[in-house]
Amino acid sequence: MTQDTLKGNPALDRTLGLLWSSVVWGFMGFFLLNMVGIIGSVAVNSVATRWLRSWLPDGYTFRWYSSAWAEFQLGEVLTVTMQVVLAVVLISALIGVPAAYALARREFPGKRAVMLLFLLPLLVPPITYGIPLATTLYQFHLGGTLTGVILANLVPTVPFVILTMTPFIEQIDPRLEAAARVFGAGTFSVFRHVLVPLLAPGILAACLLVLVRTIAMFELTFLTAGGDSQTLVVALYYSVFAAGVRAGQSVDAMAVLYMLTTLFWLVIALRFVDPTQIVARVKKQPKGA
Amino acid sequence: MTSSNQTAWGHAWGRLTGSARRGGDDAPAPFDRTLLLLVPGILMVVLLFVYPFAYGLVLSFTPAEGGPFKNYVEFFSQSRLWGTIFTTLWLALPSTILNIALAVPIAFKMRVPFAGQRLLTTALVVPITLGTVLVAEGLLTYLGPQGWFNRILMAGHLIAQPLQLTHNYWGVMLSLIITGFPFAFLLILSHVTGIDPSLGNAAASLGARPFAQFRHIYLPLLAPGLAMTFCLVFVQAFSVFPSAVLLGAPAGPTRVISIAAYEAAFESYDYSMASAIAMVMGAVQLIIIVAVLVARGRFYRGPASGGKA
Repeated sequence: MTQDTLKGNPALDRTLGLLWSSVVWGFMGFFLLNMVGIIGSVAVNSVATRWLRSWLPDGYTFRWYSSAWAEFQLGEVLTVTMQVVLAVVLISALIGVPAAYALARREFPGKRAVMLLFLLPLLVPPITYGIPLATTLYQFHLGGTLTGVILANLVPTVPFVILTMTPFIEQIDPRLEAAARVFGAGTFSVFRHVLVPLLAPGILAACLLVLVRTIAMFELTFLTAGGDSQTLVVALYYSVFAAGVRAGQSVDAMAVLYMLTTLFWLVIALRFVDPTQIVARVKKQPKGA
Repeated sequence: MTSSNQTAWGHAWGRLTGSARRGGDDAPAPFDRTLLLLVPGILMVVLLFVYPFAYGLVLSFTPAEGGPFKNYVEFFSQSRLWGTIFTTLWLALPSTILNIALAVPIAFKMRVPFAGQRLLTTALVVPITLGTVLVAEGLLTYLGPQGWFNRILMAGHLIAQPLQLTHNYWGVMLSLIITGFPFAFLLILSHVTGIDPSLGNAAASLGARPFAQFRHIYLPLLAPGLAMTFCLVFVQAFSVFPSAVLLGAPAGPTRVISIAAYEAAFESYDYSMASAIAMVMGAVQLIIIVAVLVARGRFYRGPASGGKA
């Protein structure tokens, strides 16, 4: 085996390499084509008058958007979504950034345990801890309320901010803070005038990632939301679940609105972060600072 | 706790954090106030994650009636309950293995930066960001009997009848690939790009062909990343919920364990049983993860960078 692999045949290698490249690119193309098909099906159906047994609909209309808006009370749903997302982003930044600072700057006994504590909510899938969490929230009469939904969504986002910001803060030279202190700055002014400006790009990136993740967070919101605290993705789930009650185009119109909301923020987020950072937390740290 | 114990702690903290030194000579600073910044974060995770988990664990052993193990006995004696473990594994394991098997060679191929790499990774982030609910809704139309997928296959005379790809096992499987493959790919890509290419070049200069380079150089270095990716992708697939309901057959072949837990909690209002199922779900995930990490321990351990730091 080893001997075989060591014997080289340049011409054969080149052919195999070319074949291999085309297989890889072929698969990628196939995958992306299916993606376009999935998104395209939703988008086309949302503007179709009737689309049953043909490649494309019989005609096009935008009326499904207005009917979806009324049927699914999208005005309310969007308001709730905005409230939840804003609250989650603000609170996770307010809790997460200071905690990340302490973790980045200090060594203390039990630090590894604290890191593990923050890692666990990101590793355990939401549906697993969501059911006990929802039970607890209902016990404290928070289940089904806006507060409950916000609290549940904080569980993965606060650790996310902490674990994203810690390496970011570690790379900022502590002597900058020391210099500010020499000139008499208190902790708060060090934060306000030295750290926050330096951390701004990192905080912005973390907040945008939290925002995108919270809009798309289905499980936790689904398990804790009541009738008037549904976010867009949960409302979409219920309407797909009850397919047949409403016109499919109406459901797809809502799906398009959801896609536009998500993709709008994704595009903004991608101006500040690398796409891989959305799945793998900050690996390549932003340069500068 | 005695007071001497507390001072010892204070000393240790002060020494470790260096606050006593910096805090001025006259004022003894036994406690570093910076650490207070951690309190809200820890409190939040303890109250909203650890406490519910512990509460759920206790609740699962205190059913409304019967002995402490009643829920677990019931779970493992009714095939419609314990069967969900295997239903879920039967979806999660093949999809995870397939996603990783597809992602490794492709990530390996694309580890060198090229024009359009960012565009490609962006395109792959889209299904992850949109989430399973939207992908399920899209697949329902796209894979349906009159959808574009079947139409293209029929137009190419590859099939005579539309394939039944929704409301069954395959629908859920395909949704797990649509969201799982990009996730696996991006995770592995971030690991692969962390391996110093000069290691592969060194092997190549000694005559190793691409496959041998991959087998003997990259694969061992990639093992920790692969193990981590496997765990994350598997855990996500094992907790599949919306697509199993919307795209699958939630009463039969895709009645996954999260559906059983959800039904117990929100249809029977048996929170004790629901907690027990959630605990079983967590335990199965833990078992698989431990198995993967033990297997991973038998591979090479060491730096993935070149000789020079």
